[in-house]
Amino acid sequence: MANLNNGVESNVTQTQPLWLLAEITYRCPLHCAFCYNPTDYADYTKNELSTDQWIKVLRDARKMGALQLGISGGEPLLRDDIEDIVVEANSLGYYSNLITSGVGLTEKRIDAFKAGGLDHIQLSMHDITEEISNFVTDTSTFKLKQKVAAMIKDRGYPMVLNVVIHRYNIGHIKEILEMAEALGADYVELANTQYYGWSLINRNQLMPTKEQIDEAEKITNEFREYIGNKMKIFFVVPDYYAERPKKCMNGWGEVFMIVTANGDVLPCHSARVLPDMNFPNVQNNNLNEIWYDSSSFNKYRGDEWMKEPCRSCSEKENDLGGCRCQAFLLSGDAEAADPICTKSPHRHLIDQALEDSKNEKLQAQPIIFRTDKNSKELINGEHKDRLKDFKAMP
Amino acid sequence: MTQKINNADVYKIAAHHRFQWEEAQNCYVILFPEGMVKLNPSGGEILSLVNGENSVADIISSLNEKFKDAGDISNDIISMFEFALEKAWITKI
Repeated sequence: MANLNNGVESNVTQTQPLWLLAEITYRCPLHCAFCYNPTDYADYTKNELSTDQWIKVLRDARKMGALQLGISGGEPLLRDDIEDIVVEANSLGYYSNLITSGVGLTEKRIDAFKAGGLDHIQLSMHDITEEISNFVTDTSTFKLKQKVAAMIKDRGYPMVLNVVIHRYNIGHIKEILEMAEALGADYVELANTQYYGWSLINRNQLMPTKEQIDEAEKITNEFREYIGNKMKIFFVVPDYYAERPKKCMNGWGEVFMIVTANGDVLPCHSARVLPDMNFPNVQNNNLNEIWYDSSSFNKYRGDEWMKEPCRSCSEKENDLGGCRCQAFLLSGDAEAADPICTKSPHRHLIDQALEDSKNEKLQAQPIIFRTDKNSKELINGEHKDRLKDFKAMP
Repeated sequence: MTQKINNADVYKIAAHHRFQWEEAQNCYVILFPEGMVKLNPSGGEILSLVNGENSVADIISSLNEKFKDAGDISNDIISMFEFALEKAWITKI
């Protein structure tokens, strides 16, 4: 017992799907400008898995060691079987989390979730002002979200607020944190926009300046000092201003498994953008085989696939070369170093993006909101001018 | 900031946290919103006795008895309590 290591098991690579994210539907009543869902999601809104199929996924993943379950989307509450899924998750021993916009969360449903053993609800909030909240979601949902927050608190749930940060709300960090405190939030995730899916198309309109991010981080740290353990604040840093990439998904196929609405299994949210990939589907394949044996899950595991400058880099274990999707979308090479890295031969693409985001003309382009219509238009090859900087559709 | 742990204190697993044995990982885990921690055997052993009834002294004496060969492990146990409290995994009753 001498070497307690603070009671925490050492952080070893284990390749076990500890986190299961069920992107249970791509349908959503909101139209957020920064949504990370694929812009071609309209192709995947049909053929959603049935309740029984989801229950089988939960059982199989749990046997493989999955513990944390995120029920996400789209807006999961658009399905009427979340109650059944929650009951099953609880009986299997998952720590379950409903990730919601709040739209569709009624008194009746939240009571059923509580009775069924749902562990927590993560509510997305967008700003302290109704104007900006409604603008970035392209809906009138501000007041409803406030009401839902109160309902979550009232039922004794831990209040987890997720606020995606972008140019429109980054100036309100202090007020957002004060709002979270007033709502009794236990956890607040200030998630700087990561540029995938819809947010990548709208990058010039969403990207804050370096000064804004530094200021936001400073305010967040001060607020943390003040509030202590009462409210935990996560500040997800935006990688564009960093010199090294993030260790995306904590490593490809290491601990995260995502099952999408139609049953495709992905190692990360946006993996569908990658070339020459054939993601297995739970309707045809055993989940265990998908995770351990499929070519898609093995493709970027470890560091065998790396090329220079990653391969011989002394820091490669820190970030495993960063994000494959970002590398491919921006450089056209899925095995290249994430262009975020200042050692990457493609870093100029990031610097250019940062320059572009200061260009008033580009900033003034209309936001392409996440709607079925826009998704179909993008699939049909429209909005080409907005895709010209990318090597695939985000 | 480390908080002082007293022998007479009684702790429980904090609200919104779940402590459970995981067969697939062969260890105890703590689960909470946005996170989980796999505990090493000694950490898990200690927290498994944190139940809102046992005092710190009870837990120390029980583990000293169970791991006689390890010598006096009181300080290790106190350190674990301090760490768990700092992480807000446990709360004092």
